Amino acid sequence: MDYEALGLRAGIEIHQQLNTEEKLFCRCPTTLRNIEERNGEIQRYLRATVSEMGTIDRAAEEEMKQMRFFRYYTYDSTCLIEDDDEPPAPMNPEALRITLTIAKLLSMTPIRQVHTMRKMVIDGSNTTGFQRTALIAVEGAVGENCQIESICLEEEAAQRVTDATFSLDRLGIPLVEITTAPCMHTPEEVRDVAAYIGMILRSTGRVKRGLGTIRQDVNISIRDGARIEIKGVQELDLIPEVVSREVQRQVHLLAIRDELNDRGATVPEDGIDITDLFQATKSSILKKAQCIMGATLTGFAGMVGREIQPDRRLGSEMSDYAKKCGVGGIFHTDELPAYGVTEDEVAALRERCQAGPEDCVVIVSGSPDQASCAIRLVLKRARMACEGIPEETRKMLPEGSSAYMRPLPGAARMYPETDILPLEITSEMIDTIVLPELLSEKARRYADEFGIDEAVARQIAFSERFTLFEEAVSTGIKPSLVARTLFGTLRELSRDGVDCGGIPDSEILDLLKRVEDGSVAKEAMPDILRARAGGADLEGAVASVGPLFSVADLEEIVWRIVREREAFIRERGDAALGPVMGVVMKEVRGRIDGQIVADVLKRSIQKIL
Amino acid sequence: MKAGDRVRCSPGREGTEGVFIAERDGIAVVKLKSGYNIGVPASDIEFISSGEEMMMQPPSVTQNPDLPLFSIISTGGTIASRVDYRTGAVTSQSTAEEIIRAVPRLATLGRYRTRQPFITLSENIQPSMWMDLARSVYEEITNGARGIIVTHGTDTMAYSASALSFMLKTPVPVIFVGSQRSADRPSSDNVMNTLCSVAAADSDLGEVAVCMHATQSDDICAIHRATRVRKMHTSRRDAFQSIGIPPIATVSYPDLQVTPGPDAIRRASDEPSLADRLEERCSLISFHPGMSPAILEGYRGCRGVVITGTGLGHTSTELIGGIRELIEDGTTVIMTTQCLQGRVCDRVYDTGRDLMAAGVIGGEDMLPEIALVKLMWVLGQTDDQEEIKRMMQANLKGEINRRSVHGL
Repeated sequence: MDYEALGLRAGIEIHQQLNTEEKLFCRCPTTLRNIEERNGEIQRYLRATVSEMGTIDRAAEEEMKQMRFFRYYTYDSTCLIEDDDEPPAPMNPEALRITLTIAKLLSMTPIRQVHTMRKMVIDGSNTTGFQRTALIAVEGAVGENCQIESICLEEEAAQRVTDATFSLDRLGIPLVEITTAPCMHTPEEVRDVAAYIGMILRSTGRVKRGLGTIRQDVNISIRDGARIEIKGVQELDLIPEVVSREVQRQVHLLAIRDELNDRGATVPEDGIDITDLFQATKSSILKKAQCIMGATLTGFAGMVGREIQPDRRLGSEMSDYAKKCGVGGIFHTDELPAYGVTEDEVAALRERCQAGPEDCVVIVSGSPDQASCAIRLVLKRARMACEGIPEETRKMLPEGSSAYMRPLPGAARMYPETDILPLEITSEMIDTIVLPELLSEKARRYADEFGIDEAVARQIAFSERFTLFEEAVSTGIKPSLVARTLFGTLRELSRDGVDCGGIPDSEILDLLKRVEDGSVAKEAMPDILRARAGGADLEGAVASVGPLFSVADLEEIVWRIVREREAFIRERGDAALGPVMGVVMKEVRGRIDGQIVADVLKRSIQKIL
Repeated sequence: MKAGDRVRCSPGREGTEGVFIAERDGIAVVKLKSGYNIGVPASDIEFISSGEEMMMQPPSVTQNPDLPLFSIISTGGTIASRVDYRTGAVTSQSTAEEIIRAVPRLATLGRYRTRQPFITLSENIQPSMWMDLARSVYEEITNGARGIIVTHGTDTMAYSASALSFMLKTPVPVIFVGSQRSADRPSSDNVMNTLCSVAAADSDLGEVAVCMHATQSDDICAIHRATRVRKMHTSRRDAFQSIGIPPIATVSYPDLQVTPGPDAIRRASDEPSLADRLEERCSLISFHPGMSPAILEGYRGCRGVVITGTGLGHTSTELIGGIRELIEDGTTVIMTTQCLQGRVCDRVYDTGRDLMAAGVIGGEDMLPEIALVKLMWVLGQTDDQEEIKRMMQANLKGEINRRSVHGL
């Protein structure tokens, strides 16, 4: 695709959890829990309210269509603030400091006086019905061509357990939201900017790591298209695919619009009740439905079933809208007969709905309320198809396509969090921030200073164990040994299914020191770590690989083996070193440094020759 | 500049447009297009144009003439709160009509007449306002309301409700309702509390009561007798509890089924009447170790004083002389307990016997605040010392239990 010709503009929002002691607006720890550890449950209803501007946000209103009931799991590590049963505590200064550090790294200008806002979110993920968020700094830069618009500090939402049940452990963990300008023009550029910002975030050493701790939302539009926000892209490598599929979707939807307009397609005001048509149907969904509603989309034949993204049709978009009313989806004549609906039934349906061959009939089923709500939303989406592309918030599907979530939220969803006083950001707060070394600079420094391979240096700098690496190297341990242990041995063990995650950094450092001073052979490291991971304590693990050989012990063993193979050695000369080394190692492996073994063996062979 | 004006400001290097919200201490609060408010130096903002009037035509409230008539008397508080542009604070300024608009389901339960004798935060309520409130409620009862709902701030709701309980005889339920989380938030308890209060007002109850969440969940509201209820938590939805008795009824949500307890007073048990005189020169003293007798000087001139004593109803021996002097000067002194749970008994220890000898009247198991309100009312009805003592120790409106029942 020629993205330039299509006028692609993309931006990203990066959400990153901060690794603070306490949550953003309460004093609870920021640790996640297993739901089996919950100690209670509360049940609540949420509803949209009018903002200070006197309007209900369209995204919130959409969610209100389904007035739903939510359950929340509580823990001994959550409090009345997560329950929305106590006013919030003042903003966590640790989280603010980390956010200002990130802002400074991105050359942003802090806001003079920060006001915490309530962003209306009534999907149940916040007990309050809003997410607390504050704009902290504006106008920064990544690279040469991309601007950062803003950085906000907000509270993480509760984790969804099932449809309407949420776990309160995650609610309130500090989260920074970094929003770029729509300054990217190719799918790859979007990924690269996301990767760079991710690197900046991790450079602080104060962000959470691991699955779900960073999420990307991507904003995409093409010329004549619409701004679409796709939420929840967790893997960087999927970003180009997501962008390219959204461009495809918009291109196809614009083509559909043009064709519909050429055909003079029209959409009726409302659907009609056709429940009686399917009383004897073989379609189990329609047979058990209390109410079936249908509507004829004049001039839509072939359009509803047209693919707009891999596995997605215009019909899928209509179906997403219909699902907001609680129905399972829609049927339409572009795909019927199918799903147990026969040709005769389709004919009867077309007749009842007065649909010609150039028209498409859409049907929905459910309770009478659900079905009439759903058909109206299907018709609303059909009308939008004639006009172009609606601005939407969408959720990413596993392969990179996306489904409709809600309309793009407007400014009306924000109103002041009156329980939190405004906060001054002084120049002293900014000036006293010491900027951390960027991971990219760190990698370069490791390569220069320690003479390690650039790729390895990068691997070390970007890993969570880089502080351990630095500490070990500063105590005089050879960088190559540390690098090999942390990024070779530990990785290999984990590939073999040995979980070394529980071994504290201090013990690994201790082992490295022993290797350095010669009291543990570096060959013994895998076995010692394996034993330690298996539950032994450190001393037990060291002992389990057997006592260390002295060089004198080794010389004795080597001499014995060499003498036994004297004839072989004389025959092969220096070339005997390899095979004999194998024999020796079988006896001494893990108990003395291999380099020492090789030296001793070489000397013994020379003696015989 | 006024709230709503379009302005230009420069939080970063580039300028941006926003809407002026307010200015305080040299800092202008501006709402950006993104919806975020920020504070910038007031001198840095530039006026662009006047804001358009954001007058929304509120949807009209339609009433179904076939449904029973209720009266909503609105006095303010969190249940009727809004965000104030000027201060950024949550304030009470909604009318009763706005409450109906905020809770559309109300229209399916009844017709509503609304009144607003005053609007204030409940911490600013004065006993004189209880009298206004009692008169309003009495008029609504005699004008044929099936039940009365009084929206009220929660801080002093128990005082107002008990005041009405003493001042009024009512054949219909008079239900006080409030909320602990402001009405502007999607999670506010105001919707459920209000709907449950109307269900209670429509029920077979016949007394003054308080309707609030019974648990932290949106599942049940408890209906508490006005003279036995107390706010027992600063912030939880289920802050209100009946002390020494079970709630007189429960209302389930969302199906609004009212289940009265065996001791609830039923509809039409009384003829309506109003005795609205109160003696406002009364006060409440909380005794503490080290309290100086000189403090009592400040209470000279009070017609009545309620002491919350320690344990069974004690003060230090040092204070007894001063208390005796107050009583000799004509002040009625009632003893209650800081324990809140249980009954005072000044016959067990010497200090108690000395307090009784000084003329202190034991307040039985009355809650201290309820004893204060009752004392105001009793002193408003009679000057006769013997009659005052008799009334204070008699159970007039459920404020005194003759027995301390096992298990509560």
